[in-house]
Amino acid sequence: MKIGFTLNGSPVEWSGAPLTRLAAALRDGLGLTGTKIGCDAGDCGACTVSLDGRQVCSCLVPMGQVEGRRVETVEGLAARDGTLAALQKSFLAHGAAQCGICTPGMLMAAGDLLARSPQPSRAQVEDALGGVLCRCTGYTKIVDAVIAAAAPPAEIVAGSGEAVGARLARLDGVRKITGADLFGADAIPADALWIRVVRSPHARARFALGDLGPLKARLAAVLTAADIPFNGYGIYPDTKDQPVLADGQVRYKGEAIVALVGDRAAVLAIRDQDVPIVWEPEEPVAGIDAARAADAPLVQADKPHNLLLDGGVRRGDATAAFAGCAAVAEGAFETAFVEHAYIEPEAGWAQRIGDRIEIHATTQTPYMDRDEIASVMRLEPGAVRIVPTACGGGFGGKLDLSVQPLIAVAAWQLGRPVALVYTRPESMAASTKRHPARVTAKFGCDEKGKLVACDVTATFDTGAYASWGPTVANRVPVHATGPYFVPNVRTWGEAFFTNAPPAGAFRGFGVPQAAIAHEAMMDELADKLGIDRLEFRHRNALRAGDKTATGQTLEHSAGLAQCLDALRPHWRKAQEEIATFNATPGPKRRGVGVGCMWYGIGNTSMSNPSRMRVGLAADGTLTLYNGALDIGQGSNTIMTQIAADALGLPVAQFVLVTGDTDLTLDAGKTSASRQTFVSGRAAEAAGRDLRQRILRLANAGADAQLSLEGRTVTVRDGAEVHRLDLAKVGPLFGEGTFDPPTTPLDADGQGIPYATYAFAAQMAVVEVDTELGTVKVLRIVAAHDVGKAINPTLVEGQIEGGIAQGLGLALMEEYLPGRTENLHDYLIPTIGDVPEIECLLIEDREPLGPSGAKGVGEPGLVPTAPAILGAVHHATGVRARRVPLLPHRLREALVDLGKGAKP
Amino acid sequence: MGDYLRPARLEEALEALARPCTVLAGGTDFFPARVGHAIDENILDISNIGALRGISRKGDGWRLGATVTWSELAAADLPPLFDGLKQAAREVGGRQIQNAGTLAGNLCNASPAADGVPPLLALDAEVELASCGGQRRLALSQFITGNRRTALAPGELLVAIHVPGTARETRSAFVKLGARRYLVISIVMAAATLEIADGRVAAARIAVGACSAVAQRLPLLEAALVGAPVDARLADRIEPVQLAPLAPIDDVRASSGYRRDAALVLLRRLLTEVVP
Ligand SMILES: Cc1cc2nc3c(=O)[nH]c(=O)nc-3n(C[C@H](O)[C@H](O)[C@H](O)COP(=O)(O)OP(=O)(O)OC[C@H]3O[C@@H](n4cnc5c(N)ncnc54)[C@H](O)[C@@H]3O)c2cc1C
Ligand code: FES
Ligand code: FES
Repeated sequence: MKIGFTLNGSPVEWSGAPLTRLAAALRDGLGLTGTKIGCDAGDCGACTVSLDGRQVCSCLVPMGQVEGRRVETVEGLAARDGTLAALQKSFLAHGAAQCGICTPGMLMAAGDLLARSPQPSRAQVEDALGGVLCRCTGYTKIVDAVIAAAAPPAEIVAGSGEAVGARLARLDGVRKITGADLFGADAIPADALWIRVVRSPHARARFALGDLGPLKARLAAVLTAADIPFNGYGIYPDTKDQPVLADGQVRYKGEAIVALVGDRAAVLAIRDQDVPIVWEPEEPVAGIDAARAADAPLVQADKPHNLLLDGGVRRGDATAAFAGCAAVAEGAFETAFVEHAYIEPEAGWAQRIGDRIEIHATTQTPYMDRDEIASVMRLEPGAVRIVPTACGGGFGGKLDLSVQPLIAVAAWQLGRPVALVYTRPESMAASTKRHPARVTAKFGCDEKGKLVACDVTATFDTGAYASWGPTVANRVPVHATGPYFVPNVRTWGEAFFTNAPPAGAFRGFGVPQAAIAHEAMMDELADKLGIDRLEFRHRNALRAGDKTATGQTLEHSAGLAQCLDALRPHWRKAQEEIATFNATPGPKRRGVGVGCMWYGIGNTSMSNPSRMRVGLAADGTLTLYNGALDIGQGSNTIMTQIAADALGLPVAQFVLVTGDTDLTLDAGKTSASRQTFVSGRAAEAAGRDLRQRILRLANAGADAQLSLEGRTVTVRDGAEVHRLDLAKVGPLFGEGTFDPPTTPLDADGQGIPYATYAFAAQMAVVEVDTELGTVKVLRIVAAHDVGKAINPTLVEGQIEGGIAQGLGLALMEEYLPGRTENLHDYLIPTIGDVPEIECLLIEDREPLGPSGAKGVGEPGLVPTAPAILGAVHHATGVRARRVPLLPHRLREALVDLGKGAKP
Repeated sequence: MGDYLRPARLEEALEALARPCTVLAGGTDFFPARVGHAIDENILDISNIGALRGISRKGDGWRLGATVTWSELAAADLPPLFDGLKQAAREVGGRQIQNAGTLAGNLCNASPAADGVPPLLALDAEVELASCGGQRRLALSQFITGNRRTALAPGELLVAIHVPGTARETRSAFVKLGARRYLVISIVMAAATLEIADGRVAAARIAVGACSAVAQRLPLLEAALVGAPVDARLADRIEPVQLAPLAPIDDVRASSGYRRDAALVLLRRLLTEVVP
């Protein structure tokens, strides 16, 4: 059917099935991939466009309804000459786009509002943007950008040597606010074959495949376990336990069994029930207790007791020390599976080029992908090229393989490009989750409130496969004391296999779960001794010169006490306001809580080097070859700011090459908050290296000024001016490497697990509706010691985004396989759930870091849930033992306390 | 792939319904139920039928055409009788959903958590159903027969929702409880319509949703309110026994006990809100 309509002001004609979703027609038929698809179900709003001047989800509009109407998409916002609309400028200047996958939808929803109310209030912005989810930003900067859209702030420009510390707009920002950035599903070749994966409906079962002949006759290929050259992958060399396609046995619901390869329509038309599979379901091992039961069936045959790994830290004599404590607090806490819920589902495509395979996919870790694909395909790593697409959010979930092995194997076999884009339910069922944890904690202090001893055991449900389980189980014992000086310590981490989705990496690697426990203990001890909760933490804060539980002396940059100092005035004011509010009786009670954290930057006691390169070509092109992947956190911009100042040329002169394993050096994975600290240090060294080369060529001193015009580098050294013609002396390269110094942990967990730690304290004010058990977070103040904020806007963005995820962890997020596999049953915070956030940046310089910087990617999330839960306790007396603290759970706890009399 | 028909005239639509096909209005329930696989049903898209559009006066009441969206309703110039329904309209999904989704679709989809049902029950709404064989009217309470079940016969289309007018001063309100601010399926919601004479409740219609397979009116409570002065003490008339028609279940959103308690709290707040 032919359908005519007006698209971004021009008449167009489209032909196809009238039931085709507008989103699909825009992206596939009309080539406008600025409109994103995050769920195809109205739940995320990424596909928001304007239809006859009103925002709609284009995934819910059939093309048949578009006839004769006016459609506006993100591509139509800027003028034809590329001049950005005021709203886009405002988004850019405020840092309102991080990964950018929600940005087109946000812009279209905001545009609808601004057309009616050019100077909207915060409440109006929330109402208008309530239908678009953002998982990265915490919405703060988006709200600011829309409110300021009538008069966007001017863009900040930094000259030579002025980049570090400047609030520069993201270098990839224009791409993100115009819809031009290409994500995993955005540049799939038209002739690509598509994969649809058939997944297990059972959590634990054996199965046999029937005759696949008829299906194979209809399709290009039907892949099974037998087609995978080495059918096991996993993060560590000794944990290659996850099959690409299950081989006769499945261990979690959603596990891949068969890959149907063919024309897109053909694979979509085949229903699961058309695939002959004979199932023999078995009783699944569900939860930690079942996994540990003496007679528990094994999830993996070669893993006795279903134990993945355990270990801990021991220092002093905790057991003996408790006896002498003036106060002791104890508690057990439980957390749930949490879904990353990046708005971009896993997506990508692969093609075979001669004897090499090339993969274009969304990822956090190109080099690990390269090596893992090489292993799965039994190729040399050099035969694999990873070309990362823009990444629409990762948060740890795109550190594991997803689409890559299937598209690679299929493209290799068939000699044609092959694509795979997960549906939202598929993404949620198949991908890794945050580890559910059971944390039992006991802390004791002396009569002055100085911590004396702690004993913490964190038990994790690691799901069906190892994934990043070992990393979580290793990291948590080191952090389980909290950011406090405790002389006598026993901490333990252990992880058990169950028939649940593999629990992997998720912002904080288990530390957020442990923080819920240690922070509750701090509150209880403070209350027992009648000491203010903030002051109690201040008294115990790890400071430079202190020894940690692993025996590491913190030489520098331990700014927790400064963070608490910065919070103090806000804390006192909040206490007063709350006392006034609570003086009037009523069902709504307010409270304030504080949460602290520390976080070791980079891998735990393992080498994790980064290498960076800066090149100055013969034609004068200045390029940063950057293997550190920007998944929204801003490393493209941060690395360039650092390299620019180290070299002595302005950021604006840089061209970026990011992530491509053929063109960049290995800068490790984007995880563990390591890119600014580790790759940033490498970028700094690379910039300096190039500078040295230039200075040497010009025979100039260290303080000389550089400038670059065309292919001429001018070096001004006092009165002397040298001109270097790059056509003659170029190309020039600078390279830098950095591997943070750590040492292995011994049997008692003693050693130097991390080169540096981030510290933070956050304060949350909440209002609890005691009749309904609902919690509204009213305000958060976040003080973070980041060493040095290379770009304060981006740092705040990380903190605000982390806070939104921490709020979700505390109050609403719980993944239940088979029950919350979409974004309307699995709830993440909307724009109306995240309160106003104030960030206070503390800069306690880390001498090892670039310009003194540490990391901030994960720290934003860690203290939020403890602060919120502490505030709930302050308001009501309820100590949450299980998160998320859903309304019915809080209500039950209130009734048990006698505080919420039956209505 | 099935057929797709988008007629402009109602008669054509009714003829098309003579053979099995799925009705498509705003698509906000239709598409989410069809993620990730090909759609091969026959489709009757009713979005282009003039006769199904708009809100109009009809005798002493109102007729809401089947394709009236939540946004249209919220923006319409209507008396306070509709305040509750309008509040519900602003609480459905987010703006995008309100711009596309229809009230009629909400009723036909018949989810236990459909936000349109309690306010329309409290308005004593009727639905007008048409087929090639003729047309009939049904009280909304008889139209929705169970969880995702309606009295719609094969070949029938819901063409309009009728809301009777009231002779007396009337006030209405709606409250919704969800686990987040926007885009949220109700844990419990409640709606009230009060007709007022001489400062006293002359008639009351109260309905609660998401606490039973179909939203329920609460006749005992309604009776207890009649004659009461319309003031802040109205909510004191609520007794737990009046909630007997509710039969809440446990699900991922809440426990049954919680729902029952929350319904009581919401009803109190509703009656406090509805008082001028
Ligand atoms: C993100 C999101 C959030 C949502 N939030 C809410 C919410 O907060 N509260 C809520 O109640 N609902 C919510 N919904 C559900 C949905 O938006 C509403 O139920 C909406 O009113 C349905 O109307 P529609 O026109 O889109 O229906 P459609 O999807 O077009 O149709 C729905 C069903 O009704 C049938 N149908 C429609 N019209 C007729 C007719 N005239 N005659 C016969 N059969 C008909 C269709 O065949 C289909 O089975 C949400 C949906 C989404 C995607
Ligand atoms: S893709 Fe349309 S709402 Fe998510
Ligand atoms: S920037 Fe909003 S989802 Fe990433």
